Amino acid sequence: MSGFQTNSRVIKWIEHRMPVFSFLDHAVGSGYPAPKNLSYMWNFGSLAGMALVIMIVTGILLAMQYTAHVDYAFDSVERIMRDVNFGWLLRYIHMNGASFFFIVVYIHIFRGLYYGSYKAPRELLWMLGVVILLLMMMTAFMGYVLPWGQMSFWGAKVITNLFSAVPVFGESIVTWLWGGFTVDNPTLNRFYALHYLMPFIIVAVVVLHIWALHQFGSNNPLGIDLKGPQDKIPFHPYYTAKDAFGLGVFLILFAAVVFYAPNYMGHPDNYIPADPLATPAHIVPEWYFLPFYAILRSIPDKLIGVIAMFGSIAVLFVLPWLDSSPVKSGRFRPIFRIFFVLLAIDVVVLGFVGANPPEGTWLITGQIATFWYFLHFLVILPLLGVFERPRPLPTSISEPVLKGGGSMAGATAKPMEKA
Amino acid sequence: MRKGLFIGLAALAATACVPAAGPAAAAEEGVELPQLEWSFDGPFGTFDRHAMQRGLQVYREVCSTCHGLKYVAFRNLADLGYDEEEVKAIAAEYTITDGPNDEGEMFERPGRPSDYFPEPFPNERAAAAANGGAVPPDLSLMAKARADGPNYVHALLTGYEEPPAGFELAEGTNYNAYFPGHQIAMPQPLYEDGVAYADGTPATIDQMAADVSHFLMWAAEPKLEARKHTGIKVLIFLVVFTGVLYAAKRKVWKDVH
Repeated sequence: MSGFQTNSRVIKWIEHRMPVFSFLDHAVGSGYPAPKNLSYMWNFGSLAGMALVIMIVTGILLAMQYTAHVDYAFDSVERIMRDVNFGWLLRYIHMNGASFFFIVVYIHIFRGLYYGSYKAPRELLWMLGVVILLLMMMTAFMGYVLPWGQMSFWGAKVITNLFSAVPVFGESIVTWLWGGFTVDNPTLNRFYALHYLMPFIIVAVVVLHIWALHQFGSNNPLGIDLKGPQDKIPFHPYYTAKDAFGLGVFLILFAAVVFYAPNYMGHPDNYIPADPLATPAHIVPEWYFLPFYAILRSIPDKLIGVIAMFGSIAVLFVLPWLDSSPVKSGRFRPIFRIFFVLLAIDVVVLGFVGANPPEGTWLITGQIATFWYFLHFLVILPLLGVFERPRPLPTSISEPVLKGGGSMAGATAKPMEKA
Repeated sequence: MRKGLFIGLAALAATACVPAAGPAAAAEEGVELPQLEWSFDGPFGTFDRHAMQRGLQVYREVCSTCHGLKYVAFRNLADLGYDEEEVKAIAAEYTITDGPNDEGEMFERPGRPSDYFPEPFPNERAAAAANGGAVPPDLSLMAKARADGPNYVHALLTGYEEPPAGFELAEGTNYNAYFPGHQIAMPQPLYEDGVAYADGTPATIDQMAADVSHFLMWAAEPKLEARKHTGIKVLIFLVVFTGVLYAAKRKVWKDVH
């Protein structure tokens, strides 16, 4: 794990002039030490990176065939589906890739929530991740508008209209966003330009995210610090091999959907060309926005609803300071684990609420679930750190591994500094 | 120990089922669509050429009076099992407005394989005027633009019946068991022996509805067969390759555990 070594004269020549190889070795190679006990839950970071690459590559290829104009956008997408060689494959990969990107990222986030990956000293790493989530949401929303189907148009209308809730300037802001007095060609054009730009901003923030990650390295399922070389293994070949296998599993699931259920996660109405005069019976966003949509609609006041929706993400920004427990991993927090499961169920309930009209029991369920979401972050987490009695932590990563998993005999003893 | 995390993630995974279940149920207002067995269902599904040719005949003789098929070109009909000459012959039966020519005049000529199915009305206003204000939708994507498309189209075409006692039908609408709200502007299009099938199949309403639904599924998703065939190859490769990656991972990690 020391300095980068090579016998190749070509690599030495380049390395001397620009140390790109030692940089890579330090970033994702044998020069980057990682905890040896990372579970498969730690695969989702690299999977998210791969999903981003897949989206950018297919997106650029689609952009070569797509026409951003209200009169041609829908037709150009159909042309891609029918006449462009493997255009159907590119579009189905891109369309479902967005869903898979969110699936991977949501698992990545919930892994971080469970194992306390947001806690000191990884607060900035976590916050950069929340920035990536926000950028992904904006990118996905604008991308969904581009095919200019019924849901594209009405989704764009509903979401941009949220800004009209801003006091005094609301209407002006919406007009400014639209580039006119309704969702029209200028809106489509700017969404296309931004949809092409934003992924590269995401790449930039991902670089910062990885930079921050490398400062202290990955958290791990035990949530305790690495005590010495016996706790570490080099990223390459161990985690490159493990990530590669995880990628294979991901691609199998992804391919199964792309080839056998490509429209399952879409909405049939988006195969109807946009019609500003015909409102669909139910305007629903893509599934990955449903929990947030539910929060928005569960509050009768528009402005407070919008604030609550953005607040549901903003609360993640300050999460490192809301969770007062010094113990990172949920494995050693018996009460936190119960609330973690409740939060996950709560988010799923919000998803179902978001897919249904805000009436009757759906509305009430949505209001309870919204209340619980904020209660979890703003009240339960701060209090848990005070009242919860965590189970004793192992002294090092190697210890429970050596003792056959989880025996806490030495847990009360002082940490053994082996190195 | 990690049960908590896994339960949470399993619950999260369940959200993926929401969009399909939610809107589909809402759109049909609780009406169950009869589920037909389609040859294009399943991972090895393919289109039935005979059914599609019959469906094309129904479209041309019945539906095309009012409904366009603007994303389908005559050349695409090769997918239905027609050879080049047959495609040319079908195209030539249509009159296409082309131009302007060197004199600046629009002119009419017989269709060519590169032409698309002509629109039934010169514009949307004309379509609305001829149909009591309701514009007949283009059918190119109909099988994907409705939840459970092929079954929906079949159900709709066979769903004309007498309104239940006490049901108030609005002026110019017809009762349909499967149309959302049950009041559809389109009059019943299919009648027993409405077409004389070239292959001698008895033209029952159910048969014609199934055939034209089959044809419209192809029109909406012409690359369905290519997609499913490619998918099998891709999945076989990925499963084998992932197996190799797993073996490699095991080998790399054997001295760590």
